[in-house]
Amino acid sequence: MSMFDLPIPQRGASAVERGLNRVLMVFACLLLSTQAAAQSPGLGQPLTEAAAQTHSLTVLPDGSGLPSGNGTARTGEPVYQRHCLACHGPQGADGINDRLVGGHGSLGTTRPVKTVGSYWPYATTVFDFIRRAMPYNNPGTLTSDEIYGVTAYLLHLNGLIEAEDEMNSATLPAVAMPNQQNFVWIEGD
Amino acid sequence: MSAIPPSEPPAAGNGLYDRRAFLRGGAAVTAGLLTAGAAAKERPAWMRQPGAPMTPAGAPSSHESHVVRTSIGSMTGTTGSGSSRTPLQYLDGIITPSRLHFERHHSGVPDIDPGVHKLVIHGLVDRPLAFDLDALERYPKVSRIQFLECSGNSFPLLMPEPVQSDCAALHGLISCSEWGGVPLNVLLDEAGVKPQAKWVVAEGADSAAMSRSVPLAKIMDDAIVALYQNGERLRPANGYPMRLFLPGWEGNASVKWLRALHISDQPAMAKDETSKYTDLQDDGSVHQFTFAMGVKSTITSPSPGLSLHQHGPYQISGLAWSGAGRIARVEVSADGGRSWADALLDDHVLPQCMTRFRTAWRWDGSPSILLSRATDESGAIQPTRAEVQKGRAPGTFYHYNGIQAWAVAANGEVSNVYV
Repeated sequence: MSMFDLPIPQRGASAVERGLNRVLMVFACLLLSTQAAAQSPGLGQPLTEAAAQTHSLTVLPDGSGLPSGNGTARTGEPVYQRHCLACHGPQGADGINDRLVGGHGSLGTTRPVKTVGSYWPYATTVFDFIRRAMPYNNPGTLTSDEIYGVTAYLLHLNGLIEAEDEMNSATLPAVAMPNQQNFVWIEGD
Repeated sequence: MSAIPPSEPPAAGNGLYDRRAFLRGGAAVTAGLLTAGAAAKERPAWMRQPGAPMTPAGAPSSHESHVVRTSIGSMTGTTGSGSSRTPLQYLDGIITPSRLHFERHHSGVPDIDPGVHKLVIHGLVDRPLAFDLDALERYPKVSRIQFLECSGNSFPLLMPEPVQSDCAALHGLISCSEWGGVPLNVLLDEAGVKPQAKWVVAEGADSAAMSRSVPLAKIMDDAIVALYQNGERLRPANGYPMRLFLPGWEGNASVKWLRALHISDQPAMAKDETSKYTDLQDDGSVHQFTFAMGVKSTITSPSPGLSLHQHGPYQISGLAWSGAGRIARVEVSADGGRSWADALLDDHVLPQCMTRFRTAWRWDGSPSILLSRATDESGAIQPTRAEVQKGRAPGTFYHYNGIQAWAVAANGEVSNVYV
């Protein structure tokens, strides 16, 4: 019995009707094979979420993805001076590249100055970006403690935390960023 | 170029003819010259000996060495944190040759071993999965011709005074290619996206691990992981061996060298979606996740650097595009916007793709201002410069899509002007 001779009721059916049924069956088979082709070949290699996260650097605003470790502005200041000052200037301003400190109250004026303190909506972004991309010429070389320290130093220079405030996976997401409420999502929900 | 017949009525002011005027014109003007050359039976040097042999890979004519990416610049103290621009004024049609595709890198172009590189999908999924290039090659692929535009393209037009540069420097952070790859909804379905997922955080394998958050709806709608560009594997500067490609959205979100897709219930608020690629308004509010590129066009010829050397007929040609879909119409003005005529669109009018427009113009030698204005299939009309600036804070420079004005001086030189 071929695939075209499936038990379709044909009692009393004319030759034309039987032929039509066969055509319909062929279409049905083609449809099934098309649907199969549109499905995934299933070649993804399974891995655990823990293993996957070693391949991804994302820190979310709620703090998930932050590693253990800690630092303060005092521990971060020498790290900043060693790795960051050449581009970002003493105390996060007047460097050759992006200004990181100051600009408070400037956003509604004719000369807005966007810095970590005046513009960035989340403190977690500071840790996330330093860990993934800085120092520019040697990314991935700072320890978690050093990154927490530099993050704390920049937040402190912007007047957002005290010099002795410890930044860690619990305290960093809780830092209030003054410009956060001004961000309006145009897409996404 | 054939002549515009004397009987051809103008379609708009200052010598703008119907878009098809050249197509109707005869070719008799040059016939005499061709006949004279043929009678002499002279052979130019390149017809007197066999030409060069075959080569494994082609290259442009040595006479086209000026057609290269320009305005190459990087942040102080770096070589790979900046951009290079497509020389739009020297190109025709809609495809950007891959060697001329604009670049915008945040930490240089990585040299990735395709045998080692993997794309990992994880987070709010039933099954975290890793895909290597060999696996992705076995998936059903699609290819589409679509533009990619940096959200900072054309920002010089926001300067208080018109910047005198060429079309590449002003508008060259856009290119158009055939992108081929695997629809991401297939890969995400395989991983099994959990119901609470709303965002996808994409991460690149450059030394900045550049990352952006993209709404899950876009990823499931028309996003692909691109493996091919104009028929060949991606160039390193465009994400080899794999990149995210989001049709019609700002280029920065189409993360190159894609290594991870973290499915999440919230955006990561990465540096490039908070401190950068956000639009400060004059009331102090900040527009965030402004992904779609607005309807836009520019005349590429004539344009600064391509001066007119004599009076008479010219083809005005340019490019139009919209992140919202197809281009429906392009109008051209030769009198600074007092009157407009519809341009002819080339055959390829595709969604989220460059569209080439052309029209005919007889320059009488008087100072003229050329404009183009695009309308997309959603009905959106390209705004004026003033309309784009309305409500924006000083110093913002993303998403500029205002009407470009080129002034043609009496000596034929073309410059950037505000009207």
